[in-house]
Amino acid sequence: MIETVLATFWESIVEIPEFLEFNYEGPIQSFVDWFAETFEFIFERVEDFIRRVTYNLELALFAIPWFVYVLAVFLAGWRLKNWKTGLALALMMTFIATSQLWHLTLSTFVIVIFSAIICFILGLPLGILMSKFRPVEAVLRPILDLMQTLPTFVYLIPALMLLGLGSPAAALATTIFAMPPLIRLTYLGITTVSEEVREAGIAFGSTPLQLLFKVEIPQALKTIAQGINQTTMLAISMIVIATLVGFGGLGAEIYSALGAGRRGVGQGFVAGFAVVFLAIILDRIIQGVAERFDHSEGGES
Amino acid sequence: MAKSVRIEKTSVVFGKPAQKKAASELLDSDLTPQEIREKTGATVAVRNVSLDIKEGELFVIVGLSGSGKSSFIRTLNLLNRPVSGKTMIGDKDLLDMTKKELRYFRRNEVSMVFQNFALLTHRTVIENVQYPLEIQGVSSSEYKKKAKEAIHMVGLDGWEDHMPNQLSGGMRQRVGLARALTNEPEVLLMDEPYSALDPLIRRDMQDQLLKLEDEMDRTILFITHDMNEAFRLGDRIALMKDAEIVQVGTPDEFFDKPANDYVKNFIADVDKTRILKVRNIMEKPHHIATETDTVKTTLEKLKEKDLRFTYVTDANRKFLGYVKIEQLKRSKSETIKRLVNEDDTVIYRNAYLREAWPKLRDAEYDLPVVDGKGRLRGVLDYDVVVDALAE
Repeated sequence: MIETVLATFWESIVEIPEFLEFNYEGPIQSFVDWFAETFEFIFERVEDFIRRVTYNLELALFAIPWFVYVLAVFLAGWRLKNWKTGLALALMMTFIATSQLWHLTLSTFVIVIFSAIICFILGLPLGILMSKFRPVEAVLRPILDLMQTLPTFVYLIPALMLLGLGSPAAALATTIFAMPPLIRLTYLGITTVSEEVREAGIAFGSTPLQLLFKVEIPQALKTIAQGINQTTMLAISMIVIATLVGFGGLGAEIYSALGAGRRGVGQGFVAGFAVVFLAIILDRIIQGVAERFDHSEGGES
Repeated sequence: MAKSVRIEKTSVVFGKPAQKKAASELLDSDLTPQEIREKTGATVAVRNVSLDIKEGELFVIVGLSGSGKSSFIRTLNLLNRPVSGKTMIGDKDLLDMTKKELRYFRRNEVSMVFQNFALLTHRTVIENVQYPLEIQGVSSSEYKKKAKEAIHMVGLDGWEDHMPNQLSGGMRQRVGLARALTNEPEVLLMDEPYSALDPLIRRDMQDQLLKLEDEMDRTILFITHDMNEAFRLGDRIALMKDAEIVQVGTPDEFFDKPANDYVKNFIADVDKTRILKVRNIMEKPHHIATETDTVKTTLEKLKEKDLRFTYVTDANRKFLGYVKIEQLKRSKSETIKRLVNEDDTVIYRNAYLREAWPKLRDAEYDLPVVDGKGRLRGVLDYDVVVDALAE
């Protein structure tokens, strides 16, 4: 008797009562619809801009013969490090070129470069503002922290909601996802300029702008270049996921391999290697450039 | 070109604004800096310091780390802003300057050499040295020329296009010094410039500074924690302890009348004969005649002052020789020019007493003391030297 009463009671509190269940999706959906519609004129322009720039970039890159890339990568590796690095990078480039994925890689590369450039144009000033103004730092820091903890997929949502399916959405998501390290490292680079060096700049009568452009930014260049490197790496990792919002490229190749199950393993690996090699090539070159800015004891001269 | 520096009751306090204000009100109390810190949370780095530094003087502030000497020197270009008092450079008070005036002052009238060199590591030697002029909008041919001159002054010719990390510590600090000289400042601030260098190099750098100081006309403020360095360099020295000045004086005065036991302890290890320089104990000549003076007036002056001879200089105070009273009595010339006994037994004013000693022993008269340009600056009396060394 008592058991049945208890059981009924338990059932009634375990279940969530109907009056406490809401449809949260509805309002969000209508808010997004409203937002997208109201500011459509802006997003249309953004989409148009991204489409035009990436399209032209793609045209330009496609017009260059593949062996020029191989040669360029070899020269960069050789000049920045040594001939062995140059050779390794050139071999990776040759693999990509001969893997039947050349055009896919180039269009992937276009989005990566586009995102990295936008990150630089927006992230550098943000990092500088953050290092100079306390309130900017107070606002930006928690946002950056949050961005680092959000799952990658979440970045696709705003891009999708504002731009719809397609490569502009992929580029937008990639840009937003890849921006934080550049902002952070610009901030770090500028705030860690030796206090004495900064004092010297002030003591000789620099204006704040002279201090920034002639002392602080040049002193922070190595750290900023590392930020560019991290940003580029994040962009590459994101571009694969961005396939979900309708971007082709290497990501699509990997997804289709996943869909093919066991028969897709070969295809998946080849596309995977292409992504990894692209990442390694960019990483080595940007790091080589970053080391050029190292003027510390024992650094490059 | 040099300017005097007059500090009146200047104090530097570090902390949050409210703490600073509370601490500022306790500066005139009997509380020690520690007690003030416990009470208010603010750190008193410099407390009611007053100093009068003459134009052209090489003034050294010495003290242990934490005594407030670096915080103090930074008030002279307002890297630290004092909470009170006056900081007069020439006839201008730094604390009254607008931002623009302050920038002009920093660009033209004062410059600083830093303990860890503070070079712009991304720039070559010459690009570092030209920086103070470059930011003033001076034409590039002009600042390159000035920078080359400064690099030459510190003896770094040929190193213009090297990066700082290719240089040794001593060379880097020479770059720091050259950079501080390009804008031809009236006041040169040197914040423990040689502390990061090893002893042999440090000695070279000190000699170079003395040589440069002799050639230029600048007021120099030099900070160090090394008493030997302080006595080697300083015309006058101020000893700081716990944010305050304990004693100010010439090296000689420090040995003669140490203000208290702390000063005594501080100078206990100093070897006087290596430290005392001719300039520290030289005296003013009783009379100096110019070669164009007439025999008659010179003779009158000598009789009046009861002197047997006088030193003679040219119109630019360059030392020529001496004239004896007997010569004057015999002479029929109009001016004393032809009577001058030329004499090259002179002593350089930055020489150490030890080096002056042999010359002094053989000299007939008090030794004339000259600067690097050969101008008569004083005389060295045998008895005074014996007294100074005897203590």
